[in-house]
Amino acid sequence: MSAAAALPEPAPPKANYLNISYGVKSWLLTTDHKRIALLYMGSITVMFALGGIFAALIRLELVTPPGDMVQAETYNKLFTLHGVIMVFFFLIPSIPATLGNFLIPLMIGARDLAFPKLNLASWYLFMAGAGFAAYSLVRGGVDTGWTFYTPYSTAFSNTHVISAAMGAFIAGFSSILTGLNFIVTIHKMRAPGLTWMRLPLFVWSHYATSIIMVLGTPVIAVTLMLVMVERGLKLGIFNPALGGDPVLFQHLFWFYSHPAVYIMILPSMGVISELVSAMARKRVFGYGIVAMSSLAIAVIGFLVWGHHMFVSGQSVYAGMVFSALSFLVAIPSAIKVFNWTATLYKGSVSYDTPTLYAIGFIGLFTIGGLTGIFLAATGLDVHVHDTYFIVAHFHYIMVGGAIMGYLGGLHFWWPKITGRLYPEAWGRVAALIVFAGFNLTFFPQFILGYMGMPRRYHAYPEEFQVLNVMSSAGASILGLGYILPFAYLGWSMRYGRAASANPWGAKGLEWQAASPPLTENFETQPVVREEAYEYAHAPQERAIV
Amino acid sequence: MWTGFPLFPEQASTMAGRVDALYIALVALAAFFSVLIACLVVGFAIKFRRRSPGEIGVPIHGNFTLEAVWTAVPLVIVTVVFLWSAEIFFSMARVPPQAMEIYVVGKRWMWKAQHLSGQREINELHVPVGVPVKLVLTSEDVIHSFYVPAFRIKKDAVPGRYATMWFQATKPGRYHLFCAEYCGTKHSGMIGWVEVMEPAAFQTWLTGGGTGSLAAEGQKIFQSLGCVTCHRADSQGRGPRLEGLFGRAVTLADGEEVVADADYVRESIVTPAAKVVAGYQPVMPTYQGLVSEEGLMQLIAYIQSLQEPAKGAPPAVAPREPGAAARTGARQP
Repeated sequence: MSAAAALPEPAPPKANYLNISYGVKSWLLTTDHKRIALLYMGSITVMFALGGIFAALIRLELVTPPGDMVQAETYNKLFTLHGVIMVFFFLIPSIPATLGNFLIPLMIGARDLAFPKLNLASWYLFMAGAGFAAYSLVRGGVDTGWTFYTPYSTAFSNTHVISAAMGAFIAGFSSILTGLNFIVTIHKMRAPGLTWMRLPLFVWSHYATSIIMVLGTPVIAVTLMLVMVERGLKLGIFNPALGGDPVLFQHLFWFYSHPAVYIMILPSMGVISELVSAMARKRVFGYGIVAMSSLAIAVIGFLVWGHHMFVSGQSVYAGMVFSALSFLVAIPSAIKVFNWTATLYKGSVSYDTPTLYAIGFIGLFTIGGLTGIFLAATGLDVHVHDTYFIVAHFHYIMVGGAIMGYLGGLHFWWPKITGRLYPEAWGRVAALIVFAGFNLTFFPQFILGYMGMPRRYHAYPEEFQVLNVMSSAGASILGLGYILPFAYLGWSMRYGRAASANPWGAKGLEWQAASPPLTENFETQPVVREEAYEYAHAPQERAIV
Repeated sequence: MWTGFPLFPEQASTMAGRVDALYIALVALAAFFSVLIACLVVGFAIKFRRRSPGEIGVPIHGNFTLEAVWTAVPLVIVTVVFLWSAEIFFSMARVPPQAMEIYVVGKRWMWKAQHLSGQREINELHVPVGVPVKLVLTSEDVIHSFYVPAFRIKKDAVPGRYATMWFQATKPGRYHLFCAEYCGTKHSGMIGWVEVMEPAAFQTWLTGGGTGSLAAEGQKIFQSLGCVTCHRADSQGRGPRLEGLFGRAVTLADGEEVVADADYVRESIVTPAAKVVAGYQPVMPTYQGLVSEEGLMQLIAYIQSLQEPAKGAPPAVAPREPGAAARTGARQP
């Protein structure tokens, strides 16, 4: 895409969205989607660090077989808080609320999201939710696992379940409002000439994600509310001693929480599509199919929740149906991987940091996706369900997939967001460290799981030690890989070289805005006259509008 | 101590080999596709590396044939995997009719097993080799999950209902028993051993030190709670006769037919009004909290043992016991 006007590189205008005003109030009361994105970025970075510290403590405890570093109660709280914080307060908002918030209006040539005040409200809701979670933490934590399974959570746990559930409940509304905002924005605020089939794939994947956010999140809100009601008022809903059904909770919980996995991975897939295209200077292979596969994932993703319950007492036939549908949802993911790979063919591939993250993503997501096939296979899932095999699988998707995508995207759009270039050599080194550390952390867990080590074990039999030590060693490398970007990205905000409007030579309207963009994004309304990712063209030949 | 670098747990049940075969096939499949994608991505990245700053890629927009191929091939593969795994899953769900029954209760944080002969054990399960064993599972508190990696089987023990699972051990030995569903503080301590024994040794073990058979224990509870005052053997009671009931279909007041299996009997003791047999009044009070999960299992074993008279089962009607009658006096006719 390109604007109608020819593109002389204008001198960066003086007042951009960052320096137009200063002071705490100008940030806390802003309705600029770009500033709100940065508010989110700051908050989720703190959350990520917190969740990471819990993960480090978990891995430290698991270096030796007996539970000798922390008490069992503490260990249980560590993995619960790690899960709650990483899922509800980092992964779910990560790409949509930061990169999505920042880029969607820029990518579609709009001035802001459709509802700027709602956008700010969703950040405050997120912070309120985080406040409840923090309250639960400082009062002594919660030990139910992020899954809040009943009747443990409603009748047996002696920890601060209600405040933690309330935190996730409130944060859910922030997710719903963000999704709503994106859907309306993408429908109503696209620049002239920007038809649906010209949208960047990043926007398509956020559209699919928003549908899940809007349709799925209310279900988890209701479910968590019922948990709070049962725990607080002793009203029998899930607890069989009160006439409830504990398996009903699992149905309701996974009806949201499986699609939630796609809330985490779809935006990352969108990032990868942008990265692969920009780094190969080539249109994404099979654009339309990649776009539609995002929608397919969103739709089919709602119909697979029962694969979490193959051994829960759900009927065998229900298990078969969920198994079949789970295999089906693997297909659009596979299609995406093949199309990204094909995009590199005859491209002009650079080896910059975003490329390394994109390639890392494709590798790790492929392994994560293929091991998902193992878990959809009923007869095999019975053995590996609730073992480290599952832990390894979903970390390949959520860390190997979602976080690699987030970091790749962060580096790619960093010049746009901050107006500064990060040190490229450091970026490459960190990407390689993350990739190596990640694999050393999580690959041994597949073997551990097949060997039979259950998840959420504070102490374990001795024969599992070597693999656990490998995993913990990997985690320390991974930790280093995450600390590096903290350091050099932070450094570059002050000392990095100033970035031009389009340092990658990439397509997409966001690269026609200044770096950093003006508060109003574009000086004049951009008009789109070509397909997405038209690298090789003579504009007048391909122009359609 | 740890020796070598094992990649599989021991194979000690008839299911283990089948699950491992599928696993190995999937590992091969995953390895093939991972290596394929990795080679293509890295190969393309090297072959088509950027040679000059202004270079752009060759405009290729897509290829329908390729898209069709890489949609169809995975579809065919997952269909095969689906059928293969479903076949194993069905075998796991279909309990052989002659299977030996053992009742297991999960409780924070231990596994309690009761054999029909009356043997009881905690965090251990003794079973004979080469015999199909059916476990009837429940929980006293939260959800647990009975997991024996060497057998490749797992089933949640859900409070308030019975789950069944089965296995046939193929090799004597001691195998890990884990709780696989997080159940609170000492979840990782809710572990034990499954001891697979030669049949003769198992028989010896079974006869050592048991109190009475499970059914006999159930009969004691049946009498002490005064159940017999209504559930009489002569069909004159206020409750249905129980002789020959177990496993038969019964017609409920609303015309629905249900099989009187362990779950039904349990429900009828704990929440009697839920499914009342046609022709009877819902007058039975609940016994929830009065009988432990193990006691319920004993009662079920007793009711299961009640055959139609000629069969020589333990006497269905126990001698009147004034004390028991007095305890439930309010409900007497």
